[in-house]
Amino acid sequence: MRVRLLLFAQYRDFAGTSELEVELPDGATAAALVEVLRSRGGGFERIPAAAAVAVNQEYVTPDTPLRDGDEVALIPPVAGG
Amino acid sequence: MRTWITHDVIDPAAVLAEVGAPEHGAAVLFLGTVRDHNEGRAVVSIRYEAYEAMAARVLAETAAEAAARVPGIRIAAVHRVGELRVGEVSLAVAVSSAHRAEAFDVARHLLEEIKRRLPVWKEEHYAEGDRRWLDGQTPPVPQEAGR
Repeated sequence: MRVRLLLFAQYRDFAGTSELEVELPDGATAAALVEVLRSRGGGFERIPAAAAVAVNQEYVTPDTPLRDGDEVALIPPVAGG
Repeated sequence: MRTWITHDVIDPAAVLAEVGAPEHGAAVLFLGTVRDHNEGRAVVSIRYEAYEAMAARVLAETAAEAAARVPGIRIAAVHRVGELRVGEVSLAVAVSSAHRAEAFDVARHLLEEIKRRLPVWKEEHYAEGDRRWLDGQTPPVPQEAGR
């Protein structure tokens, strides 16, 4: 399956890109996606293993399974206001 | 209730005008503004970045939750993104209610939830010319798998 990944703020700076498609085994979880990304190197390894994840614009737990076509965002610690 | 994310200058009077009612005796307006210093360094501007679609959704959710605390209360909230100079308004929250205590309480509660949950980040630009993403809060994730 493929998911659309969005990166923001410092995570985007680490990875050098704000958006990419990621191919994953069916049933992969949010946490598995983060691990796949970190193992790419090239700056992705600077994203923390415990990074918060949102799927289709909602925060999810690390064990949440992803689905083909999901919009997945890695959310750095938030600092609005 | 009205909530939105904007790239434009926030007009506090317009936000305040979104709340109020004949039966309301209190209206509170909070403005978050860009400060000229942080952690001992001179700040010239802050660039606010948002995951805009999700930020709009989370802002609406937090305001709806806050509104549910007090029947009849009215709420408006707006967060600005982009590069803001010192003194400019980044966040405005307006709350009106029958009495002042719940207006203050709900405004304060909503503000803290916004800071805790909204997917927004800020990069401070310093007088010396360098810049830095500020350390933020880890957003709350649900206890159970959400799907």
